[in-house]
Amino acid sequence: MRPFKYSNAADPAAAITAISVNADAKFLGGGTNLLDLMKEDVMHPSELVNITRLKYADIEKTSNGILIGGTATNAFTANHERVRKQYPLLTMAILAGASAQIRNMATNAGNLNQRTRCSYFYDVNMPCNKRTPGSGCGALKGLNRNHAIFGWSEKCVAVYPSDMAVALAALDAVVHVEAGNQEKRTIAFADFHRLPGSTPQIDNNLKHGELITSIELPENDFAAHSYYLKVRERSSYAFALVSVAAAMSLDGSRIRDIRIALGGVAHKPWRATAAEKLLVGKEATMANFKVAAAAELKNARPLEHNKYKVKMAGDAIVRALSNAMNGVGYGMNAGLEAGV
Amino acid sequence: MEDQPKFPDLTDAERRALEELLPDEMSEIITSGIKRRHFLKLITYTGTGLLATHLLGIEQLMARSTAVAPLPPTVIENGVNVSFQVNGSAQQLLVDSRMTLLDALRERMDLTGSKKGCDHGQCGACTVIVDGRRVLSCLTLAATCEDKEVTTIEGLADGDKLHPMQAAFIKHDGFQCGYCTPGQICSAVALMSEAKNGEASYVTSNVREAGRPMELSEEEIRERMSGNICRCGAYPNIVDAIREVHGDKAVAQVWQFADGTI
Repeated sequence: MRPFKYSNAADPAAAITAISVNADAKFLGGGTNLLDLMKEDVMHPSELVNITRLKYADIEKTSNGILIGGTATNAFTANHERVRKQYPLLTMAILAGASAQIRNMATNAGNLNQRTRCSYFYDVNMPCNKRTPGSGCGALKGLNRNHAIFGWSEKCVAVYPSDMAVALAALDAVVHVEAGNQEKRTIAFADFHRLPGSTPQIDNNLKHGELITSIELPENDFAAHSYYLKVRERSSYAFALVSVAAAMSLDGSRIRDIRIALGGVAHKPWRATAAEKLLVGKEATMANFKVAAAAELKNARPLEHNKYKVKMAGDAIVRALSNAMNGVGYGMNAGLEAGV
Repeated sequence: MEDQPKFPDLTDAERRALEELLPDEMSEIITSGIKRRHFLKLITYTGTGLLATHLLGIEQLMARSTAVAPLPPTVIENGVNVSFQVNGSAQQLLVDSRMTLLDALRERMDLTGSKKGCDHGQCGACTVIVDGRRVLSCLTLAATCEDKEVTTIEGLADGDKLHPMQAAFIKHDGFQCGYCTPGQICSAVALMSEAKNGEASYVTSNVREAGRPMELSEEEIRERMSGNICRCGAYPNIVDAIREVHGDKAVAQVWQFADGTI
């Protein structure tokens, strides 16, 4: 690891100032991704400012939802009673990610700022436009079975690795950030992460020096019909090949409202708006789920080695919707019996 | 009674040199008491023997190492002063900002129970308990531990009395080579309090039912322990050990000694 200056931020303003004056400085949350990348020499900030002691670690009720602290840990958030009862989709998505140890360390803000696990990004001997702009994309014509089927560009085919973010995309979260001079702004979750375009080195629309103070979740009536399905190569502690966050509200058997987001398929959590549009107001039936999934996947652009993801994502949407329809909490093998 | 040691202890530098040159298992044996003395006798007595030939390089390196004293902490670039509790005792260190908690424990405090497996947060061998929660010490900067309470495998037993989880791992043969074991046990100990707090996992049947202690099925234990990899594949026995401690009642061993071996 290269040398870096370290400090403990006394308050948010001090943290933001310290980062703002040094273009190579980074906020340090749980460090579970950043330190790993520093050990690999993929990232080499000259300064780290520890923000885990700032008072943004709580979960508060607001007039129309909740505010989740940026420095609250993933484990604390997933297990918070209000989150479990009212936003079980978020609990399930967080618990689907990483390991218990990592969830105890990782912060919510850090989760949104984690980098892709693309092996070409991690291997400093390989070209990667995200790591070294202009060096090319090693994965585009290389081994790309774990890569994107939506929204990629010739410059980058990496996928975003977070599970938590997929649930936040489905739940229409809003990211609250603070900059210098106590300037505050909010970013709709759909606008937070970016597609790679010609600048894949920029993962999201956070500016340097902006601190994520909290993530807002608006109220919804999805709690009884939510499901996070993660498909991976071992049953735990692995990144998603494909994941689906599904949430709906029902009037009898009719779908009043619905949210579907996909993970593991794009440079950002992929909101399945085509499928959602087809399902609002319709009967919650397997036949309708299949039509909607097919419509969403019609626009997929798989690469040489990840064509399997198109069928896998379609099937995963159908199974996640079916589990959500049947109610929360069927465990990880839910739906297998139904043969979907 | 053991013999009085006839040979002076190795200096830190000598020990480090020895550790670098020997397989990890051997370093463990050396640092573990009686066997260590046997080993030192071997080094000293074998003279022109085979072992001495093998160890010649080590002795040379040890000589060089003692000549070059370790850097005094005052010249560390980007040094950070950190005070924290480790296994109940106060520690004050000046560390390089890059130093992980794992390296601080192993290299600065001689607490070598916590193991460096992958050093990238993928194997769990470095798991320790910080402020009651299990974390990966390889991805924790020592500098961030100010005022925290760290518990390592060395801090679990009460004197000579093993922690119930340690005893259960022995009873159920929850290890083979033992390298992942300190991390497995620290992880399992913290898991007990998570379950008591009613914390959910990805396989919990209904995450909306919050607020009461969790009953851990085998599936739950496996999911919750997935951050600790065991290359020897001792998983069934690890699960049995944890079930025994969690359920507070004996779980039958799946193995027994062959007749006449004990």
